[in-house]
Amino acid sequence: MAFDSHEKRVFKQVGTRPPRPDGVDKVTGRAQYGADVTAPGMLTARILRSPHAHARIVSIDTSEAEAMAGVKGVVTGRDFALPEDAGLADIAVNVMARDKALYDGHAVAAVAAVSPAIAKAALKAIKVQYEVLPHVTDVDAAMQPGAPVVLEGRALESVPAGMSVNVTHASEFGHGDLAAGFAKADRIVERSFKTAATHQGYIEPHACLASVTVDGKADLWCCTQGQFMVRTVCAALMGMEASQLRVTASEIGGGFGGKTTVFIEPVALVLARKTGRPVKITMTRDEVFRATGPTVSTSIDVKIGMTKDGRITAGEARLRYSGGAFPCGTVDMGAMAAFAAYDLEAVRTQGWNALTNRPKEAAYRAPGAPQAIYAVESVVDELCQILKLDPLDVRIRNAAKKGTKSSYGPVFDDIGLLATLEAAKAHPHYKAPLKPGQARGVSCGFWFNFGGNTCVSLNVNTDGTVGVTEGNPDIGGSRASISLMAAEELGIPYDKVRTIVADTASLGYNDVTDGSRVTFSVGLATIAAARDAKTKMCARAAKIWGIDEEAVEWKDGAAWPAGPNAGQFPPMSLAEIAAVSFQTGGPIAGHHEVNADGAGVSFGVHLCDLEVDPETGKTTILRYSVFQDAGKAVHPDYVEGQMQGGAVQGIGWALNEEYIYGRDGRMQNPGFLDYRVPVASDLPMIEAVILEIPNPGHPYGVRGVGETPIVPPLAAISNGVSRAVGVRMQELPLSPPRVLKAIKAA
Amino acid sequence: MRYEKPQTVADAARLLTAEKGITRVLGGGTDVLVQLKAGMVEPDLIVDIKALPGIRAIVAEAGGFRIGAAVSNAQLGEDAAVRAMWPGVVEAAGLIGSTQVQGRATMAGNLCNASPAGDAVPALVAAGAVARVAGPGAARDVPVEAIPAGPGKTTLKRGEFITSILLPARPAKSGDAYLRFIPRTEMDIAVASAAVSLTLNDHGVITAARVALGAVAPTVRLVDDAAAAIIGTKLHDDALAALAAACSAACAPIDDKRGTIEFRTEVAGVLAKRAARIAYTRAGGQA
Ligand SMILES: Cc1cc2nc3c(=O)[nH]c(=O)nc-3n(C[C@H](O)[C@H](O)[C@H](O)COP(=O)(O)OP(=O)(O)OC[C@H]3O[C@@H](n4cnc5c(N)ncnc54)[C@H](O)[C@@H]3O)c2cc1C
Repeated sequence: MAFDSHEKRVFKQVGTRPPRPDGVDKVTGRAQYGADVTAPGMLTARILRSPHAHARIVSIDTSEAEAMAGVKGVVTGRDFALPEDAGLADIAVNVMARDKALYDGHAVAAVAAVSPAIAKAALKAIKVQYEVLPHVTDVDAAMQPGAPVVLEGRALESVPAGMSVNVTHASEFGHGDLAAGFAKADRIVERSFKTAATHQGYIEPHACLASVTVDGKADLWCCTQGQFMVRTVCAALMGMEASQLRVTASEIGGGFGGKTTVFIEPVALVLARKTGRPVKITMTRDEVFRATGPTVSTSIDVKIGMTKDGRITAGEARLRYSGGAFPCGTVDMGAMAAFAAYDLEAVRTQGWNALTNRPKEAAYRAPGAPQAIYAVESVVDELCQILKLDPLDVRIRNAAKKGTKSSYGPVFDDIGLLATLEAAKAHPHYKAPLKPGQARGVSCGFWFNFGGNTCVSLNVNTDGTVGVTEGNPDIGGSRASISLMAAEELGIPYDKVRTIVADTASLGYNDVTDGSRVTFSVGLATIAAARDAKTKMCARAAKIWGIDEEAVEWKDGAAWPAGPNAGQFPPMSLAEIAAVSFQTGGPIAGHHEVNADGAGVSFGVHLCDLEVDPETGKTTILRYSVFQDAGKAVHPDYVEGQMQGGAVQGIGWALNEEYIYGRDGRMQNPGFLDYRVPVASDLPMIEAVILEIPNPGHPYGVRGVGETPIVPPLAAISNGVSRAVGVRMQELPLSPPRVLKAIKAA
Repeated sequence: MRYEKPQTVADAARLLTAEKGITRVLGGGTDVLVQLKAGMVEPDLIVDIKALPGIRAIVAEAGGFRIGAAVSNAQLGEDAAVRAMWPGVVEAAGLIGSTQVQGRATMAGNLCNASPAGDAVPALVAAGAVARVAGPGAARDVPVEAIPAGPGKTTLKRGEFITSILLPARPAKSGDAYLRFIPRTEMDIAVASAAVSLTLNDHGVITAARVALGAVAPTVRLVDDAAAAIIGTKLHDDALAALAAACSAACAPIDDKRGTIEFRTEVAGVLAKRAARIAYTRAGGQA
């Protein structure tokens, strides 16, 4: 749906900041999260996990556990069907190991019992005989010929012969003559970088409750970013028809991409089917870290050439990603995003994914982009230092704009990058003096954004209120934004609209809450559904007035005769039309179903002031500003919230967060004590500067904002630290021991 | 698992002595409960000491203070007199955990949990604090540095537990300070730490000092060489450098997920220097 450019719209409600509809429940503890659902006769299940990074499962003896009083069912990999589709099969194997445990924490068996204590005790009674295999957790090591083989025969056709068996994906993007480009450069910098795997760190651990009846109907309540995705995957794994499995999404305590797949849901369903009782599973934090999706870990080489006056002449990147023990295409995203912010004559990126004995990667805000852009933005920064150029000027000079052939192929439409860079340059932050020992880091960021399958129903109630039914779990205030758009379009107050997230039996299919798609796509579908309802309400008014439907138009929340020829009738408000709807043809509802495109790419620019303690290597973030184009900020609080939250997660990634593996291939820090997300006192107030350059692909100009903000912090901070300590840092996180070592070596 | 809440010290000692299986004294429980939840220990008997007479009291004694073993760090932090005399100890205890944890956690629990990284312990050691130990026999007084035996292990015998910790009197012109290194600003575990307690004469010359380091060895280290490096000085740069060097030399840390040997060894010296400066200023010295 195109931007409503024909009218100069003055928004009445979109752009205001009313309280969110789910706020009271959340702050009073009433909201129902995944673990809050219970059922009569419910069993509790616990999952036994591999203590080895890589091991053949020789045998599993569950007899003793099964014989325990209170144990109602035990399952292992044998109880799970293996779908033909490779992607679904990987999910099935990740959910429950079959012949091999592929990483520390891989599920090998599960027990359902009448109490959590019995389930826990029963886990100890399961005897698993392992044959420990050599393991590999480092991406570069996994790519070496002769590395321990995680899985065989998984390489796609694109992978050239002769690479390590662990390499599953290869991709290449770019255009132009690289050699000619580098020949034009006054300076070329080439560097290698590494980034650690990080976890989404959502506060709410995965939890679900499954119930399967004897006649094959099932209900599943779970904490997810997409109930329809859960239904599709679980139905396939269970051999069920979609209509027989109803999935209801709970409130969600954070997802950030990590809840766009399943882990425990099929286990609960299989146990519920086996035991005939409802089965609940709640992960511990340890399980969340060891067995749910972290990001890829990466190793990246970047080479960039620049002229003395700051023109980039060529850029090249080689990206090696590992998405853990299963094939993973995230490197494609990195290879596409790496140079997206630049208008380049010659650019090439190549990417490979290698299997390692780590948990299966799950999406995390802008999956694959932060790492690639960190590497590119680091080299751009170093060139600016060497050539004594202003880092924002150089980015402005080379910025991608409308008409730029992007580094990954498509030609850009209207994009807000230049305006964002200029806003950053004009902002007082960029001019603020720095004290000795302090430094300022700058970085651009990019994400593709997504639209996708979306379905909305909008019901007009007889009392003049409106219910919007949508199918995407609300992970960032989307119900408020959707209500605002419905209210705006219908011309009724925000508090007359209630938006709910429906279960899979109550609405058509919706893609998961990902790709920063919900405010964009569900918003678009809501506006279209509201327009559908308005057309129907105009028809009802026409019927009442006895005039043609075309002679009625909707204005300011009411149906009006369109022009003097239509006749003289007082306008009928939504409430008035709704009140008599039973007499004019029955209930009134609007619908819209779409596979939305036009999401429009998104750019952001971050500025970060920091200082590094030269005696301990500890970085303190002093000031942080985020500049981003939101197209139209429907509810500015939640746009700022995304910008701030993304920045904070990126700060954590840059400074301290990492999956630490021991020599034994086991994760050393599966808890929030040693997996260090930032705490509030680590952070300054993050200033969010919203730009509004309408997205041509949305009636109100909305652009997704959820993912881009996690992209720039990695380089913004690393660039700041590198400038502060006088050494180019090349590995994340910038933990104090690493930074102190670099200072001492300089 | 049995839970008991005895009303007298003798009963507590009897319960702990009589149990043949694994026992745990329960103070604030901020370590015990976490260990239970993680399945690290499954005790047969838990003896909650919070109902024992005087166990939650702070009492002035011989110019110093006797701190009951169940006095929470929050309660300690609110005691202006203790804060004035031993600000470094109170700050160290105040670093432990969050507001919620502060309401429960105790210094005695921190000491007996015997983590090399416990925050209250170096400050107590530098202060020359003395633990009063009850048990099947007569009560005995033990310098705090003699309590931890290694990670998770104490020198307390079966049936023994701490009833109070004495912070001794101190001369005029004295000061103490504690600093820890954590990668964040709170809710973290010390990667290295240092406590310094010192006394000055009228000319600002250090006449007595104790320096203790945390998280750089299996137990907290009392570093005599480091104290010697600053005694007789006005904490000028050479003295500080010698202090840092002595501290680094006393380190025998491990490489782990929290820090490297190299990092801990270096940073322990840095923290000792910085803590010494604070203690010196608190004692009235002109830094
Ligand atoms: C969220 C969180 C954050 C934390 N942050 C920190 C931190 O920053 N720094 C830090 O050092 N620690 C930290 N801790 C650990 C813990 O809070 C401290 O070690 C605290 O001082 C323990 O005191 P407690 O009274 O709760 O001990 P308890 O848990 O009651 O006991 C700890 C151990 O000591 C034994 N014990 C307790 N009292 C006695 C006694 N009187 N005599 C003999 N044995 C006894 C117990 O049997 C047990 O083995 C944290 C804990 C949590 C949960």
